[in-house]
Amino acid sequence: MTRPSTVSEMRRGDPATDPPAPGPGTARQRGRQPRPGRAGVLAVFLAPALALFVLLVLAPIVVAGYASLFKWNGFGLPENFIGLDNYTRAFSDPTFRGDLWRGFILVVLSLVVQLPVALALAMLLNQPLRGRAIYRLIFFAPYVLSEVTTAVLFTLVFSPNRGLGEGVSRWLGADAGAVFADPDTVLFAVFLVVSWKYFGLYMMLFLAARQGIPKELSEAAVTDGATAWQAFRHVTLPLLGPTIRISVFLSVIGTIQLFDMVWVLTGGGPIHTSETLAVTMYQFGFRRFEVGYASAISIVMFLLSLVFALFYQRVVLRRDTAGAITNQGGQR
Amino acid sequence: MTATASRAQRTRSVVLHIVCIAVGALIVVPVWFGVLGGFKDNGQLSTNPLGWPDPWVNNYLEILKNGVFWRQLGNSLLIAVTSTVIVVGAAAMAAFVFARYAFRGREFLVTLFAIGLMFPFAVAILPLFVLLRGMGLLDNPLGVILPQAAFGLPITIIILRQFFRTIPAEVEEAAVLDGCGSFGFFWKVLLPMARPALATVSVLAIVTSWNNFMLPLVVFSDQSWWTLPVGVQAFQGMYADDTARVLAYVVLSMLPALGFYAVAERQLIGGLTGSVKG
Repeated sequence: MTRPSTVSEMRRGDPATDPPAPGPGTARQRGRQPRPGRAGVLAVFLAPALALFVLLVLAPIVVAGYASLFKWNGFGLPENFIGLDNYTRAFSDPTFRGDLWRGFILVVLSLVVQLPVALALAMLLNQPLRGRAIYRLIFFAPYVLSEVTTAVLFTLVFSPNRGLGEGVSRWLGADAGAVFADPDTVLFAVFLVVSWKYFGLYMMLFLAARQGIPKELSEAAVTDGATAWQAFRHVTLPLLGPTIRISVFLSVIGTIQLFDMVWVLTGGGPIHTSETLAVTMYQFGFRRFEVGYASAISIVMFLLSLVFALFYQRVVLRRDTAGAITNQGGQR
Repeated sequence: MTATASRAQRTRSVVLHIVCIAVGALIVVPVWFGVLGGFKDNGQLSTNPLGWPDPWVNNYLEILKNGVFWRQLGNSLLIAVTSTVIVVGAAAMAAFVFARYAFRGREFLVTLFAIGLMFPFAVAILPLFVLLRGMGLLDNPLGVILPQAAFGLPITIIILRQFFRTIPAEVEEAAVLDGCGSFGFFWKVLLPMARPALATVSVLAIVTSWNNFMLPLVVFSDQSWWTLPVGVQAFQGMYADDTARVLAYVVLSMLPALGFYAVAERQLIGGLTGSVKG
């Protein structure tokens, strides 16, 4: 009899209903009733995940931090300690600085073009519309294609003389085939291909969030005399806030590490005009064997992500019910 | 409903359809161009990039008859399935402990894994490469499988932990009364109950592994281990002048992913939206 009552007490204080941390009371109740070999159970169940994570996720990042302080070609142990020289070198290198600038442009583009389009399409597919399940299926499909496949396909679509772009440009009388070869357009072309692949993801996130909002809310607003736009602007949009903020976050983090697409589409060229941090890192690390310098670029990527995530968590996501990035809580 | 209202509604729905079809065309046309292009030769591609092939040239058959494509398909499959089994297994065990035990340091560990969500894979790739070389795992599928599993842990643990929390304590209580130990409960009760959540995280893990490019690119210098993304990229490099043939290869490499999407759409979308909502 004591046992069930303890369990139901625990359930009241259970993290499932009371995120994120169980109160100290819960722990005490657990503690009062030690299970046989409880520590052993914990160790056995945690060991595989912890071992993998520490060895293959955390350790490499620590190693990258260490290696970034050396001039090192990646063979043997790093010995030639040069302090922060790799970092000063990076910040005075126009390619690296260009990477930061291009990353910034890509983020801005995705905030003002990709996400609004995804949001509009989500609202559209939320309407009663015959065949909307099929539209949804098609719009999301590019997300499952790999970045490499997508990039190769678009290289061929725009390949000079043979591509679809060539046909379209003949039809339009403009030159679509050269978008990836022209330093002025290449970054936008890359952005369009990235959007082609990813807008469906954001659309799906918005759609799921929209469907979680009770219809009555916007209907009530319309009944009270709001126009459809006003109902969207003042009722629906604020309620989509958490999802929009997460989407912005995903988009920024995704841009910081953008590699596959750029590598296959342009290799970073022409003359670095579409290069990203990850591409520069790859070039130095795996092509020129300047592993120390490339590690410094990795660490900059890491710090950018970390600082952005912490800032975002503190300042922007604070008002949402719980931190979904460093998600400790079980809000569902 | 008056006649004008219903007419306005019809106009509205026609406009919505036009927008949807236009967006759909942007997605379908490039893929369709690829599918048709695989049936053309290069001459046709330059004179007639948009139209129907005439005559039909079967570049697909040539690729399918060659073992390389099948080999890469098999490698992708092997790596995806093994990574998924490992990540889901390890994450389920950890999520079980995180969801149902209170212990000192738990929140620290959960936060540690959660921070892993923010690590771009690209950040770790260099030291990972050095590490894998030191362990002799280059040109070994484990060199891709294990890191993929490790990087998949955060999202998998978060989703599973949430699901495990929804299972009432009474269920565990009953299992314990029936003589189940912790492991018995986990294996015989919790995992079967968690099948939908396990399907979701497995689908996410499979898609992630299937599309991974950077890691197999640096780990496999031996061509016989190449996965489809690496193979597609290399094929494009090798036959840069033979656009029709590369199109056929790209289209073939898309098919498994699209087929998988058709089957597992619900799990995939549920997993993505669920993980973002927290």
